[in-house]
Amino acid sequence: MSVTSEAERGRITSADRPRAGWRRNISAKIAAIPMIATTLVVFVGGTIWTVVYSFTDSKLLPRLRWVGLDQYDRLWSNSRWLVSIENLLFYGVMSLIFTVVMGFILAVLMDQKIRYEDTFRTIMLYPFALSFIVTGLVWQWILNPDFGVQGIVRSWGWESFTFDPLHSPETVLYGLLIAGLWQGTGFVMCLMLAGLRGIDEDIWKAARVDGIPTWKTYVVVIIPMMRAVFVTTLVIVASGIIRLYDLVVAMTSGGPGGNASQVPAMYVYDYMFQAQNLGQGFAASTMMLLSVLIVLIPWAYLEFGGKKHG
Amino acid sequence: MKLTRLTAVLCASVAMPAMATELEVTHWWTSGGEAAAVAELAKAFDASGDKWVDGAIAGGGGTARPIMISRITGGDPMGATQFNHGQQALELVEAGLMLDLTDVAEANNWKEIVFPPSLLDACTVDGRIYCAPVNIHSPEWLWLSNKVYEDIGIPVPTNWDEFVASAPQVREAGKIPLALGDQPWQSNLAFGAMQIAVAGLDAWKAVNVDKNMDVAAGPEYAKVFAAAASARELAKGSNVQDWNQATNLVITDQAAGQIMGDWAQGEFQVAQEVAGTDYTCLPGLGLNEYISTGGDAFYFPKVDDPEKEAAQKRLAALLVTPEVQVAFNLKKGSLPIRGDVDLAAANDCMKKGLEILAGGNIVPSGDMVWSADVQKQAEDLMVEFWKSDMAPEEAHTKWVEILKSGL
Amino acid sequence: MADAAIAMTGPRGAKPKKALSPRNIMLYGILILVCVYYLLPLYVMVMTSLKGMPEVRLGNIFSPPVEITFEPWVKAWATACTGLNCDGLSRGFWNSVLITVPSVILSIIIASVNGYALINWKFKGSEVFFTILIFGSFIPYQIMLYPIVILLREAGIYGTLGGLVIVHTIFGMPILTLLFRNYFSSIPEELFKAARVDGAGFWGIYFRIMLPMSLPIFVVALILQVTGIWNDFLFGVVFTKPDLYPMTVQLNNIVNSVQGVKEYNVNMAATLLTGLVPLIVYFVSGKLFVRGIAAGAVKG
Repeated sequence: MSVTSEAERGRITSADRPRAGWRRNISAKIAAIPMIATTLVVFVGGTIWTVVYSFTDSKLLPRLRWVGLDQYDRLWSNSRWLVSIENLLFYGVMSLIFTVVMGFILAVLMDQKIRYEDTFRTIMLYPFALSFIVTGLVWQWILNPDFGVQGIVRSWGWESFTFDPLHSPETVLYGLLIAGLWQGTGFVMCLMLAGLRGIDEDIWKAARVDGIPTWKTYVVVIIPMMRAVFVTTLVIVASGIIRLYDLVVAMTSGGPGGNASQVPAMYVYDYMFQAQNLGQGFAASTMMLLSVLIVLIPWAYLEFGGKKHG
Repeated sequence: MKLTRLTAVLCASVAMPAMATELEVTHWWTSGGEAAAVAELAKAFDASGDKWVDGAIAGGGGTARPIMISRITGGDPMGATQFNHGQQALELVEAGLMLDLTDVAEANNWKEIVFPPSLLDACTVDGRIYCAPVNIHSPEWLWLSNKVYEDIGIPVPTNWDEFVASAPQVREAGKIPLALGDQPWQSNLAFGAMQIAVAGLDAWKAVNVDKNMDVAAGPEYAKVFAAAASARELAKGSNVQDWNQATNLVITDQAAGQIMGDWAQGEFQVAQEVAGTDYTCLPGLGLNEYISTGGDAFYFPKVDDPEKEAAQKRLAALLVTPEVQVAFNLKKGSLPIRGDVDLAAANDCMKKGLEILAGGNIVPSGDMVWSADVQKQAEDLMVEFWKSDMAPEEAHTKWVEILKSGL
Repeated sequence: MADAAIAMTGPRGAKPKKALSPRNIMLYGILILVCVYYLLPLYVMVMTSLKGMPEVRLGNIFSPPVEITFEPWVKAWATACTGLNCDGLSRGFWNSVLITVPSVILSIIIASVNGYALINWKFKGSEVFFTILIFGSFIPYQIMLYPIVILLREAGIYGTLGGLVIVHTIFGMPILTLLFRNYFSSIPEELFKAARVDGAGFWGIYFRIMLPMSLPIFVVALILQVTGIWNDFLFGVVFTKPDLYPMTVQLNNIVNSVQGVKEYNVNMAATLLTGLVPLIVYFVSGKLFVRGIAAGAVKG
C-alpha cells in the first residue's frame, strides 16, 4: 500500500511509485529551481565569497591578496565594533521582548470582541507601511528637546520636565526603541491576533469548565499552542534587528557620545564603502553571519531533525 | 513615453550620426546652491552641442559613492562622475576602469593652468591624467557670530587662542561657545583644522606628507590633542545633527562659533548675513593662514562607444575652461582651480581664500595624503574623542596607531 | 488618512449599551492610548506638511496650522529639485509602479510555488534549502551588494529593469516562502490526496486546489512585497539608471539634501506622498491581511 508512515510526513511519497531516483517529483524539482538557484548561488555563494575575501586586504575592489586573520585581529581590537555588538545585543533583547510582549497583549485586547476592531488594527498596522528612513526622521523630530515633546510640556508650564533620549548616551537606545517599536509592533500584533483566532473555541470552553482563570489559560494553554506564530514572529523580528541600519542613520548617525548607538550593519557599510576597505567590511559581515548561524542551526535541527526521529 | 523618447533618440542617432551625445553625470550636489552650480556645468555642456543627463544622488558622498562604484564595477557605468580629489578613485583607475584624459590635458595645457599644481597631481596615476578638477574646498575655517561678542561686550576674537579665552564669558551669557554637529565627519574636520593651526606647518607636513611617525607622536601633536580636549568642552550643549544646523546656531546667535569648511558661507548668505558685520571668518583658525586644497573632480569611466568617449573628452576639456570655472565656482562658493580667472563678484570670505591661494599657503588635503581607510578610522576615533571624555593622551596614542596602519 | 482621523473619534462617540463597565473602560482606554502613540507621528507629519515654512520655524510641531497651505504638497509632487530635475516626486512615480508590479508578481509566484513544493512535494534536501532561505533573511542587504553586482554583471542584466526585478524576488523569497509554506501546511491533506488519486499532477493541484484556497495568504504576500519594494531605495538606485530611478530616490534627495535649508513641510509632504501607495493597500486590504496571516502563521 502506498500509505506508509513515510507518506504521513511527506505527502508526496504515495504518488511516486512509478518513478525512481532523480526523476522522482520531477516537476516539483523543476518548480523549485529558482529557490535552489537563489539559495545556492546567492545566499551560499555570496556568503562563501564574502568569507573568502575577508581573508584578503581588498580595498575598493575585491582582490585575492591573502593577509590571514589580520582583518579579524583589527576588527576585534576596534572599540567601535565592540560597542556596536553591545548595542545590538541590548537593543535586540529589548526590542524582541517588547515587540513580542506588547504585540501579544495588544492582540489579546483586540480579541475581546471589541467594536471598531478594523479601525484599531489599521491604526496599529499603518506604520509598517512606512520605511525606516521616514520613521527615523519623524521620531527624531518628535523627540527633539527644543520643539518636540519636551518643548511642548515645558511650554505648558512644567519647566523642569526633561525628555531628551536621543542626546544622552545612556538613553539613546531607548529613543531608537520607541521608534522601532512604533514601526514594528502593529505587524506582530496582527501575527499574534491571527494566532489567537486560530485557537479552537472548545479549548476556551474546556478551560472555563475547569475553572482556570483567563490569564492562566493564556499563559499555560494558549501560548504553547501558538508556537508556530511565535517562531514566525521571531524570525521576522530578529532578522529586522540584525539588519538594523536605516533607523540609526536617520535618527542618530551612531551618536551621541561617539558610539552610543552604533550597530554592526553600520560598521560593515562604513568600512566597505566609506573607508573603502572591503576586507575589513567582509570580516565584520562574516562575524554577523556566523552569529546568525549559531542561532539558526539549533532551530533548524529542532524543526526538521527532530521530526525525522519522532 | 519613455519608449517613444528612446525610439526617437535611436532613430535620430541612426539618421544623423553627428547628433548630440547624451552623457549621464552622477554627483552628490543637491542643495540649492550646489544644484545651481551644477546647472552652470550642464548649461555649458548642452550649449556645446551635447546633452547632460543629470544623475544627482543626495545624502553626501557616503551615500553616493557606493552607488557610483557599484555602477562602474557592474559594467554599466555613467558617462562621468564626481569624486573628491585624491585616493578615492585610485583603485578604479588602477583596474583600468577609467578613461585616460592625458591627451585632453595636453591639448588644453592643463599642466600650466591648473593651480595649485597639486590638484593635477592628485589626478595623475603613473604619469597619466585621469580626472578633471573643478573646484577647491578648504575645511580649515572658524566662523564667528559678531552679535554674540557685541552682546557680552568684548571684541570679536581674531584667532583660536582668543576664541578659547573668551569662551567662559560666552558660557556665562548662556550661549554655546562652539557649535558642533553629531555627524561623524564634523568632529574629524574640526580636528583637522586644529592640526594645522596648532601644530604648525612644519610639523603638519612632517606627519602628513613625509609620514614621520616620531613627529606624529611628539610634543607638537600632544599640543593639538590638548587643544582639542579643551575645544570639546566648549562644544558641550550643541545638540544638533547636521552641519548646517550647527551653522544655524551661529547664524541665530545661539552659539559663538563653529569650525567648518568654506561651504558654510553659503548658509550665511542664504540667511542674508554680511561677512564682517554679521559674522567673521578666520581661515586657518586665524593662527596659521594655511588652507588645504581638497575639492571635487570629475572622473570618466571607460565606455565602449567611441562617440561617448569623444563626448566625455569634450566635457573634461569644458570643465576647466575659464568661463565654466567662474560661473560654477561663484554659485558653489568654492575656489576655482586656475589662478588666471577673475572672481570680482566674490564675497569677503571667498576673497580671503583667494589671497591665501595666490600666496601659495596651501597644503594637500587629507584625501590626497591618506587612504580612505585611514581617514575613516581617524574619523571614528575623533567621534569617540570629541563626544566622550577620553583622555587626550589616549586619543593621541590611538591616532598614531591608525596612521601607522596606513604606511 | 481621513479614515484614520474619523476612526479616532469612533469608539468614543458611539458606545454600545453597558459599555461603561470598568472592564470596557480599561480596555478601550488602553487601546485609545496606544492609538495616540501610533497616530502621533502621522498627525505631526500631516500638520507640518500643511504649514508654511515661517510657521514651521516658529516651533510647535503639534499645533495645527494657522493658515493651511497645500504649497508643500504641490512642491513635493511637482517642483522639488533633484539636482537639475525640478519635477519633484512625479518623476519617479511611474518608475516605482514599473518596478513594483513585476517584482511583486514574480516574487509571489516563485515563493508560492516554493512553499507548495516544500510542504507537499518534499524532495531530498528540500529542508536544507529552506533552512538556507531562512538564513538568507538575516543577511543585511548591504553585505550582499557586491556579490549581486558581480552576479548581475556576469549574467549581463546589470542596470536593467529585469535585473532589479530579480534582485527584489531574491530578497523577498525567504519570508514569503516561510509564510506560504506555513499556509499550505494548513490546507487539509485529504484534499491533496484525493486530487492525487484523481491523477492530478504538480501543477494541476497547484492551480486547481491550492490557488483557489489561498487568497488570504496572497493578500499578505502582496502587502508585504508592495511595502518592501515600494520603500526600497538601495537596490533601486544601485541596480538601475536615472531613467528608471524609483520615487524613493527623489524622496531621499528631497529629505537628505545635506546642504541648504531644510524644508520640513516639503519633507513631510513628500514622505506622505511616497507612503501613499502602501498605505492605500493597507487600508483597502487590512481585513484580509489578518485572515491571511491567521492561516499563514498559525500552523507551522
